[in-house]
Amino acid sequence: MKILVAVKRVIDYSIKVHVKSDGSGIDFSGVKMSINPFDEIAIEEAVRLKEKGIASEIVAVSIGEKTCQESLRTALALGADRAIHVETSFETQPLCVAKALKALVERENPRLVILGKQAIDDDCNQTGQMLAALLSWPQGTFVSRLNVKEDEIEVVREIDGGLETLKMSLPAVVTTDLRLNEPRYATLPNIMKAKQKPFEILGEDVLGIDLKPHLKTLCVAEPPKRQAGIKVTTVDELIDKLQNEAKVI
Amino acid sequence: MSLLLIAEHDHETIAPATFAVLTAAEKFSVPIHVIIMGSSCQKVTEEISFYENVEKVWIVENQALSHFIPENMVNTLLELAKGYKFILAPSTTFGKNLLPRLAALLDVAQISDVIEIQDQNKFVRPIYAGNALATVTSEDAIKVLTVRPTAFEKAKKGSLKAPIELYPFVPPSIRGLTFVKKEESSAERPELTNASIVVSGGRGLQSKDNFALIEDLADLLGAAIGASRAAVDAGFVPNDYQVGQTGKVVAPTLYIAVGISGAIQHLAGMKESKVIVAINKDPDAPIFQVADYGIVGDLFTILPELTAKMKTVMKN
Ligand SMILES: Cc1cc2nc3c(=O)[nH]c(=O)nc-3n(C[C@H](O)[C@H](O)[C@H](O)COP(=O)(O)OP(=O)(O)OC[C@H]3O[C@@H](n4cnc5c(N)ncnc54)[C@H](O)[C@@H]3O)c2cc1C
Repeated sequence: MKILVAVKRVIDYSIKVHVKSDGSGIDFSGVKMSINPFDEIAIEEAVRLKEKGIASEIVAVSIGEKTCQESLRTALALGADRAIHVETSFETQPLCVAKALKALVERENPRLVILGKQAIDDDCNQTGQMLAALLSWPQGTFVSRLNVKEDEIEVVREIDGGLETLKMSLPAVVTTDLRLNEPRYATLPNIMKAKQKPFEILGEDVLGIDLKPHLKTLCVAEPPKRQAGIKVTTVDELIDKLQNEAKVI
Repeated sequence: MSLLLIAEHDHETIAPATFAVLTAAEKFSVPIHVIIMGSSCQKVTEEISFYENVEKVWIVENQALSHFIPENMVNTLLELAKGYKFILAPSTTFGKNLLPRLAALLDVAQISDVIEIQDQNKFVRPIYAGNALATVTSEDAIKVLTVRPTAFEKAKKGSLKAPIELYPFVPPSIRGLTFVKKEESSAERPELTNASIVVSGGRGLQSKDNFALIEDLADLLGAAIGASRAAVDAGFVPNDYQVGQTGKVVAPTLYIAVGISGAIQHLAGMKESKVIVAINKDPDAPIFQVADYGIVGDLFTILPELTAKMKTVMKN
């Protein structure tokens, strides 16, 4: 079974971002970039399915600027077999990415597509659901357990009230939640080996899709800053403050 | 042109998040229609029909809708949606799961997790775990939005009843999808996103058993329990207790963070709380930068003392 995994390059989760002073966006200069953590979980899941003999090939894809290729190299080092980069200078928005992924799915014919549930930059949480809709496939979103059987999968989803288990026939789209697995690190030999793996670069025109964003960002601002309060030294003082100053108990 | 609000419910009651979306909907100054989809919706339809500013309630009933599976809902919504200019749902796991699927079929972008509606086509939403706020506008004819429930007051019940109209169920195009089961976390305590007090524990609690210390205080205060990702990953508490960028967003009157360092991802889910208390042994923990009241020390002595002394306070 072939699996397609989508990866996005984002500012590393450990970085506190800064807004440019003219309010036009986020300051990217000199900032560490990484694979979106949920996408690492997606890659790891695919690699584990391959190790179990369930997946036969893993194709990692990314849509975006040239620098995405670094993330795809990492995906290859983590165990993907092949990479496809769809190069675009447009800001990548979920609907357009979903359309590009649909075109890639039609070209590659995977049985399963695994994506992260959200990218930690725009925090949209849309692309997997949109892709499933466009393909007319079932979706298993926010998944913390994935069981692949012959022609169907069983997924456990993290939902507001607890956990939900669904069964769906393949082909299907799955989006990962944090508890699905703990991704491995790329080892040096695997990073070296990744350099030999097939790497395809496509222009957006090749797929015949329009990646022009539908949403326009008018401005980006820092949120109002919360003031640090005081430190109390005893529990009695804390209770007194909560009762008489904050009046919340 | 009107607005369609997709209500979240569990066949018994309307989810409180829906009422926050209703408040957000009022900002558009257009007629508001609510759609209730499920297997047996009389009760919840009645409930929402009495809310102020609801002009009409659509009801769609079918067995296939009993578990709110998006694949079974979208064809109906797609047909109905074409008559609307604005479509709103809460940015809960219900709305996040469903709405992008609908937006894609309508071939329009979705605007996620909106916290402010400036006008009919100007919306503010947090990005980067809330470390930046983007003001966005959409070029699409239909605006599809999920709304962050904690950013809006809950709408009030009125006295007039809005008309209720049946809408026919349109069968799904997806086959081979079955609901197996739902494992619900205990419902003894107030729901996390709706509680006025939240007591949250982090890795500092060290074990599932030690979480009893959090439970004692929470139960005394009638509070909900939250957690950091680290506490959930370690299996101290169920997944749906996670507060943060990729978990639940809460904004209670009082948030007590115990043994939580205050990573950006955690702050994203609680920094809009009215009053924040932090208990942490590390005086430099970032949680203190957002806490109104911090107390530096060992949670294993502070927490029991706090619970014991609160007990006396609450008695008086
Ligand atoms: C993609 C992604 C998404 C994420 N999403 C979320 C999210 O939604 N929510 C979230 O919370 N995190 C999230 N995280 C994780 C986040 O980055 C932090 O790792 C996590 O919040 C840390 O949890 P913690 O504060 O419990 O643990 P730690 O950071 O380990 O902090 C434990 C704290 O407990 C204190 N402590 C220890 N022992 C005691 C004691 N005896 N008495 C008093 N204090 C004590 C320590 O001083 C320390 O400050 C995410 C991370 C990633 C990469």
